[in-house]
Amino acid sequence: MAEAVGVVAESLAGDRARAARTVLDQVVLPGEELLLPEQEDAEGPGGAGERPLRLNAGSRSRGRVVCGPGLRRYGDRLLVTKCGRLRHKEPGGGSGGGVYWVDSQQKRYVPVKGDHVIGIVTAKSGDIFKVDVGGSEPASLSYLAFEGATKRNRPNVQVGDLIYGQFVVANKDMEPEMVCIDSCGRASGMGVIGQDGLLFKVTLGLIRKLLAPDCEILQELGKLYPLEIVFGMNGRIWVKAKTIQQTLILANILEACEHMTANQRKQIFSRLAES
Amino acid sequence: MDGAMLPDAKIRTESGTESGPRGPGCSLRHFACEQNLLSRPDGSASFLQGDTSVLAGVYGPAEVKVSKEIFNKATLEVILRPKIGLPGVAEKSRERLIRNTCEAVVLGTLHPRTSITVVLQVVSDAGSLLACCLNAACMALVDAGVPMRALFCGVTCALNSDGTLVLDPTAKQEKEARAILTFALDSVERKLLMSTTKGLYSDAEVPVWRWGEGQIPPGCEVLLGPCKVEGEPLPYVPSVCKRHFQT
Repeated sequence: MAEAVGVVAESLAGDRARAARTVLDQVVLPGEELLLPEQEDAEGPGGAGERPLRLNAGSRSRGRVVCGPGLRRYGDRLLVTKCGRLRHKEPGGGSGGGVYWVDSQQKRYVPVKGDHVIGIVTAKSGDIFKVDVGGSEPASLSYLAFEGATKRNRPNVQVGDLIYGQFVVANKDMEPEMVCIDSCGRASGMGVIGQDGLLFKVTLGLIRKLLAPDCEILQELGKLYPLEIVFGMNGRIWVKAKTIQQTLILANILEACEHMTANQRKQIFSRLAES
Repeated sequence: MDGAMLPDAKIRTESGTESGPRGPGCSLRHFACEQNLLSRPDGSASFLQGDTSVLAGVYGPAEVKVSKEIFNKATLEVILRPKIGLPGVAEKSRERLIRNTCEAVVLGTLHPRTSITVVLQVVSDAGSLLACCLNAACMALVDAGVPMRALFCGVTCALNSDGTLVLDPTAKQEKEARAILTFALDSVERKLLMSTTKGLYSDAEVPVWRWGEGQIPPGCEVLLGPCKVEGEPLPYVPSVCKRHFQT
């Protein structure tokens, strides 16, 4: 019976299932099925007949495949659930497997454990703060989760303050929980964000682009004006420069960066540097 | 199971190759779609089919009222706003149909205790309105990044008094028709997700039962196109591709 089902899935999927390797950095759509490199040998275009013999066929070292956002496991294939570009990251060892995910342009944030986000304190109740992070429910933040905070020495946090923190609990079934200290009890940049400055929202894709290790936008901005900047993975950016005018210029540049090429960006930066 | 399912695949491929010579009614009106055109919703799309146009906005996964909360899946809500006046019984009935269709493809269990709201605004109605609403809702859900099992499309057929089928009818053709049938089809199994009919027809005239098992109405392949085209830019979601290829 199990075999029969397999055959049916195959015939229906037939022309649809593509090898994940061939669609890397291409747009994938919800419902598409992707074959992993290991199955390509067995079921892919080459067919089973042309597979070369291997000495250690039984003990093939299968790399561990991790499904990132936008992908689901479906039997031994990957099923796409979001529209975007398929990305892949090789594991450290480099022997197949690795992480696959879909890079989509979303606006709504869904809390993820370990993400650094900017939240707004919406309520103080007893020993926890409620922080709005843009997700489906507010995150909770204990007053003890600040550097140097004790039961007697409470942190000075008011309703309406901006908090830069990290998720320690974030899953679909539980209320998300934030902290403003790392595992050593240090603030390491987290905590309440200062009074002035400007907070604005951008798409989640832009944040990821700006925080990518090979992104030059931030260096170019730093050459333009001295600035303080905080990126939250929930699509919020806080920026502060010497004057309000400069702050607004920086905010506008960052918002416009999303759909600009490197050349267009350089032109704008050189024009701003002249003025 | 094996025997029952395999013939369908054959029928489907046959219909795919036969789609070249089409009858006069078996073609869709020109359709177009734009995504991410509104700034406030999490996802938005406008869908045009001929002169029919619908604007859709999706909010979610967002906060949900306690009274509407479902503990193991997302609460899906569809609001259909007519061009003029207040929504009536007809709108409520359509909302229900669209909601059930969306629920069949949206993976609500990934975001329990949240709400996903689809707001549809009719911009102009020149026939096949429900189909256009379904298409707009699907594109907006894709834009919002709501996890989905498959894409879906809507298509309206009109059955004329002489027994011929017209796909994607205009308002005039709808008025003259003996029966109007609207279907929602999913892109993975190519099966019927929803059907609603009005008027008189017999099983022999409209083989709905066959569409339910994988064969889709002739001429609709273009709506389900994306999964058939290999490596090509996908016609169904032109704007998505454009946006992604730009960056």
